[in-house]
Amino acid sequence: MHPAPSVIAFTTLSGLGFGLLFWLGLGLPPVTGWVAFVFFALAYALAVGGLLASVAHLANPKNAIKAFSQWRSSWLSREGIAAIAALLLMAVFASGIIFFDVRLRVVGVLGALLCLTTVFTTSMIYTQLKTVPRWNMWTTPPVFLLHALAGGALLAGQTRLAAVLLTVLGVLMVWAWIAGDEKGRAGSTMESATGLGRIGKVRLLEPPHSGENYLLKEMAYQVGRKHAVKLRVIALGLGIILPAALMLLLSVTHFIGFIAVLSHLVGIAAGRWLFFAEAEHVQALYYGR
Amino acid sequence: MTTLPQSTEKKLGLVIDLDTCVGCQACVVSCKEWNTSNYGAPLSDVDAYGAEPQGTFLNRVHSFEAQPETGCSQTVHFPKSCLHCEDAPCVTVCPTGASYKREEDGIVLVNEADCMGCGLCAWACPYGARELDEIFGVMKKCTLCVDRIYNENIPEEDRVPSCVRTCPAGARHFGDLGDPESDVSKLVTAREGMDLMPELGTKPVNKYLPPRLKDQSSDAALAPQHTNAKGLFAWLDKALEKL
Repeated sequence: MHPAPSVIAFTTLSGLGFGLLFWLGLGLPPVTGWVAFVFFALAYALAVGGLLASVAHLANPKNAIKAFSQWRSSWLSREGIAAIAALLLMAVFASGIIFFDVRLRVVGVLGALLCLTTVFTTSMIYTQLKTVPRWNMWTTPPVFLLHALAGGALLAGQTRLAAVLLTVLGVLMVWAWIAGDEKGRAGSTMESATGLGRIGKVRLLEPPHSGENYLLKEMAYQVGRKHAVKLRVIALGLGIILPAALMLLLSVTHFIGFIAVLSHLVGIAAGRWLFFAEAEHVQALYYGR
Repeated sequence: MTTLPQSTEKKLGLVIDLDTCVGCQACVVSCKEWNTSNYGAPLSDVDAYGAEPQGTFLNRVHSFEAQPETGCSQTVHFPKSCLHCEDAPCVTVCPTGASYKREEDGIVLVNEADCMGCGLCAWACPYGARELDEIFGVMKKCTLCVDRIYNENIPEEDRVPSCVRTCPAGARHFGDLGDPESDVSKLVTAREGMDLMPELGTKPVNKYLPPRLKDQSSDAALAPQHTNAKGLFAWLDKALEKL
């Protein structure tokens, strides 16, 4: 699948933002006043910035407002609604803490749950697609949720918690890579795609067009796959191992925290790039790819 | 509404005979011609006269080669467009309500006034039947020529999809696949019509008629007429061949 920068920015940044909002909603760290303002400003910048980046992915954004209408059937629609609800509720909680020194616990917990719901709905947009077997696995939602929780814990300064969550995430990421490699295209072949398996082995003799088209650009992306091993090492080393190790140091200064966050961000962006680049769509079988 | 109807009154669709298709691409051209000037936004081309031309098409013809365990391979021309699936995954993923399946005849359509061009429906389709138009930013797909088949302003023989009307080989058939007595349903029964990628559970309405089995095996393949050898080895090769 084509790794569109807007979608990678969206899933990584908004995941981090909603992760941080989750911990803030639970009162971790128990900040008030100006410090709280800085934390919430960062969380909102990430979450809203990510959401705005996703709008850049739309070819016809003037109809984006209609995306809130189909929550009965569409995970993308549910995501939009969950995101708005989470941001609004957390805004109430945040203004209580920042301006009135009041901690509305129930609102915070509800907002935190909505933040996780938002990340879950994002993950389901990918998980639901049977056409992309590497995404259509039980591991996809927990990987997205752990990305948000672990990254949020890093930003929220929850050092030990972040180390534990990062470790679990790392194990699950490796599991998902191996399981995804084994799954391949989940039994779909050029023979099943064309129904010509009853004659014999099928190959593409002539493509339907000599140039590129939307289908090839979007769903037969092949550049990332040859760098898969390197990108996995980067994702695991910078995204998980280095920040987790830094969080286990005896004293974690602001500077060390900053390095850990930066390393994590680069690592998960590489991992998310791979999440798209490595994913094979069954449609590409019609092009023999 | 992007929930699917429980059932549809008719199941209009195509039956494509892979034994008859000669791969002439006439259906591709006639489809583009009709649909670029009728339902919804035109089917745009980019760099049409340049070095890398590309554009939006609703119907494309692939050519495959199937190699049996023994004997010659078989070339099969393979037209592909929307299969108007009963359990269409492209419809339920749509967040804006632009994609829908019609209750009266089962045709899957995009209401372009609602489409925001997110492309998720194209991701959900296993068949590559949906293309996002690069210039107009909306999702394009086969409409089964919904603006022809009910159109009383055109002669009755033209009230079939443009690809069916134009096919010079008679490889494309149009009708109600929900009616077991229809010509297309009988054709599917007689020729063991098949679904594409049945393992994905989309229940396509369109059926493909597989090439008939050869009545005699064709194992008389030509021997290679030349080798890559040069100079002395080429002479040796020829000499040994003659022995």
